[in-house]
Amino acid sequence: MNGVHDMGGMHGFGPVIAERSEPVFHARWEGVVRGMVDGTAGRYFNFDEFRRVMERMPAEDYLRASYYEKWLYAIETILKEKGVVTAGELATGRPSRPPPPPARKQSPPQQTPRFNTGDRVVTRNLNPKGHTRLPRYARGKRGVIRSLRGSFMLPDANAHGRGPEWQPCYAVEFDASELWGAEARPEDRVCIDLWESYLDPEASA
Amino acid sequence: MSHDHGHQEGAHHPDAPSEIEARTLALESLLVEKGILTSEDVDRVISTYEHDIGPMIGAHLVARAWLDPGYRERLLRDAPAAVRELGYEYRADTRLVVIANQPDVHNMVVCTLCSCYPWMVLGLPPTWYKSAPYRSRAVSEPRAVLAELGLQLPDDIAITVWDSSAELRYMVLPERPDGTDGWTEKQLTAIVSRDCMIGVARPEVPALAGKH
Repeated sequence: MNGVHDMGGMHGFGPVIAERSEPVFHARWEGVVRGMVDGTAGRYFNFDEFRRVMERMPAEDYLRASYYEKWLYAIETILKEKGVVTAGELATGRPSRPPPPPARKQSPPQQTPRFNTGDRVVTRNLNPKGHTRLPRYARGKRGVIRSLRGSFMLPDANAHGRGPEWQPCYAVEFDASELWGAEARPEDRVCIDLWESYLDPEASA
Repeated sequence: MSHDHGHQEGAHHPDAPSEIEARTLALESLLVEKGILTSEDVDRVISTYEHDIGPMIGAHLVARAWLDPGYRERLLRDAPAAVRELGYEYRADTRLVVIANQPDVHNMVVCTLCSCYPWMVLGLPPTWYKSAPYRSRAVSEPRAVLAELGLQLPDDIAITVWDSSAELRYMVLPERPDGTDGWTEKQLTAIVSRDCMIGVARPEVPALAGKH
């Protein structure tokens, strides 16, 4: 989804400002939100689904909300969508039905990767309306496989209840100038973890 | 410096809007009523992040790696095992990867798509790491971002930015600074800040340190 969450390379957000002596949580409710997510993630939803729900927040709300406001929105929404809680239960505070059974962990299969370290690749120009972890700034760009990270579930499927679709995932290194043009320093790089179906060999592109 | 964020993502709310607080407590009590979690579970998560997990873990790994080349190699090869080797529990489902700075290459970490962070060794991320300014600009103008965070990187050092887009979490292993010969692990740990391990700072030796 080409949403506001996909921020790499955007302008207009101003300087980076660090808060001095920042507490872990600014208020107790932030910690409670964190605790609820930690206590339900993996059992009733996966993190790709959680991220996908957050990305569907209206853009103006996403930009205005603090981090834990976004998390609260996402945990409310995903637990309702998964039938763990209902809107009626949230309104009354009284349980009306038991939660669904928690999911079990899955392990990756053995896979033969298509690419080797040092291979030159080009990212596909994908613009799915659903979830993806191929950032906009890195589409249609040439890079080099720096290392194989192992097999991971494809977020594009996993966020939408499809799969599991396991794929090899690679750290792919891009020259900053390939991503940002001639103004970038030629010696600077950006490394991104990318799934195999985001990539083509450079020669065939 | 900290409270003038306007309404960008970096803004925080010392006095949480009561509507947010009410929604949070309503959901928590419903999950408890339904037997999905207990309020003790929630309290334990909060306490763990506030007291047990934090940059002191990462700093310990770094100091050990500076003192023990064998440990450094194990840390770079299999970071979760290297975390356990120092006696810490490795609770994450995601895999930690440690990237070593080189004399001519400085590494820094960002998550442009959300806010992925090596919390298992650094604790929860600071607000600036999760903010739109950092997420948007770390990949495209890292030197300007570093300068805003107080690090003027020499021109002859190249930057590699790691955008955490998969279930891997990156931590930077900084270089051991000059002037720390003969230091103990405890002394070394004290100069490794959280920001050094995100890659937006470099360890500094205080002017009088080491002069016993």
